[in-house]
Amino acid sequence: MDIYQEFIIGLYKNPKNKGTIDNPDLRAQLYNKSCGDAITLFIKTENGEIKDAKFMGEGCAISMASSSLFTGYLKGKKVGDLEKITKDDALSLIKIDLSKNPSRMKCALLPLEALKKAIRPE
Amino acid sequence: MDVEKIRADFPILEKVTYLDSAATSQRPNQVIESISEFYRDKNTNVERGLYKLAEEATLAYSEVREKAARFVGAGKNEIIFTRNTTESLNLVMRGWGEKNVKKGDKIVTTILEHHSNFVPWQVLAKKRGASFGVVGIGGQCELDESDLEKKIKGANLVAVSAASNVAGTIPDVKKICRMAHEEGAICVVDAAQLVPSRPVDVKSIGCDFLTFSGHKMLGPFGAGVLYGKEGLLESMDPFMYGSEMIRSVNTESAEWNGLPHKFESGTPDVAAVIGFGAALDYLNSIGMENVQSYEEGLTSYLYERLDEVDGLEIIGPEKRAGLVAFTLGNAHPHDIAAMLDEDNIAVRSGHHCAMPLHEHLGIPASTRASIYIYNRKEEIDKLAESLEKVRKIFG
Repeated sequence: MDIYQEFIIGLYKNPKNKGTIDNPDLRAQLYNKSCGDAITLFIKTENGEIKDAKFMGEGCAISMASSSLFTGYLKGKKVGDLEKITKDDALSLIKIDLSKNPSRMKCALLPLEALKKAIRPE
Repeated sequence: MDVEKIRADFPILEKVTYLDSAATSQRPNQVIESISEFYRDKNTNVERGLYKLAEEATLAYSEVREKAARFVGAGKNEIIFTRNTTESLNLVMRGWGEKNVKKGDKIVTTILEHHSNFVPWQVLAKKRGASFGVVGIGGQCELDESDLEKKIKGANLVAVSAASNVAGTIPDVKKICRMAHEEGAICVVDAAQLVPSRPVDVKSIGCDFLTFSGHKMLGPFGAGVLYGKEGLLESMDPFMYGSEMIRSVNTESAEWNGLPHKFESGTPDVAAVIGFGAALDYLNSIGMENVQSYEEGLTSYLYERLDEVDGLEIIGPEKRAGLVAFTLGNAHPHDIAAMLDEDNIAVRSGHHCAMPLHEHLGIPASTRASIYIYNRKEEIDKLAESLEKVRKIFG
């Protein structure tokens, strides 16, 4: 199965929602030193809803494409529903089957991990 | 050396273009068969039973030690079986280092090292309050001679790899051992990437300790080697306590067994050692000079073909061990490896357990292709073509 479908490469080259948000209500940084993937997630909320979500980071095509898609998915979600987002929800966005690629699955789940960190700061 | 004849012994190569032998080599049928044969026909514990079968297993195990000793020009009692190079290095750290390194002493290693020849020394230095010097490199990832001369002054322990697993650099370990000895230091050589590829003679290198892994040279997982000068090994305390390393125990105290048993506590992975013996036989039947010349020729070809790929930056010198690590434009090493995998080419991507080196080079990770006796030019052509595709997509 071809992981590198055109839309993945397209999002890698021309990411969506890439940038920073000043004074974000939620923010988390994740760094995976073993592969060099790094992502910072910024979320702005208004009246209990996600008004804007952006990310900054460097990483492989899968993690970057997934970050573009995931930030788009977050917009309009209720803050109270963020905890209910599952791995399957995040993986369904990227539309490729990574069940046989556990190492790449981690790349795809990077933005979800960042969100979890943002809503439950240590 | 007939590569097609060799390939016939490695059925797994029909499934994949395997260019990750620096991580672990493939094993020929002869090695796999020797392990099955051991379990089927000879299986017992070693150095314990007195019945015929046990004696045979003990003899077979002991013969591999002799073979390994001959393979690197060591004495039989100077070969300790471990699980792998990492364990061998930790044995030296615990057995020699913790006994001899004191506050204010000096440990020296290099930025080229695999974590296994870096972290144990870093930890030892911290534990003992010793200083920790890391020799730097030049633009071609060659050891910085003047930095080496400066840092080695007054050293007590020098640890260096005989071939870098990322840059492919082959430092002059003979010279480094001489320099270390002039300072009264002992010299530990991590030869995990060198012993599989060329004739190695510990006496000629002049090292005090040398480590390597069977699994990178056609042997099974679980059999590694520590060579140590007999006098040094004699002077060291055991690394692990328990069975086999004991001569006698009473309720008050215990007396250690002689070499090499003092360092082989517990039931060893006998089958792995037997398989390692079969791997040594296989390499001896080819001849290590032939292995070296074949690998050098193929490595040059690998270097040339990769160097032709636009935007591909090779890490390290042209004259090198049998591996090439590189970056390719903005393509992430994970993506490169995954795209090569789609063409059924197996390479490694990541930091290859050499984070200090990657940090020094200012990159989080790299992609590495490595070869061994069973690889051929066509596979390298396939790699180069596949990398061209990656470049077009990510370029």
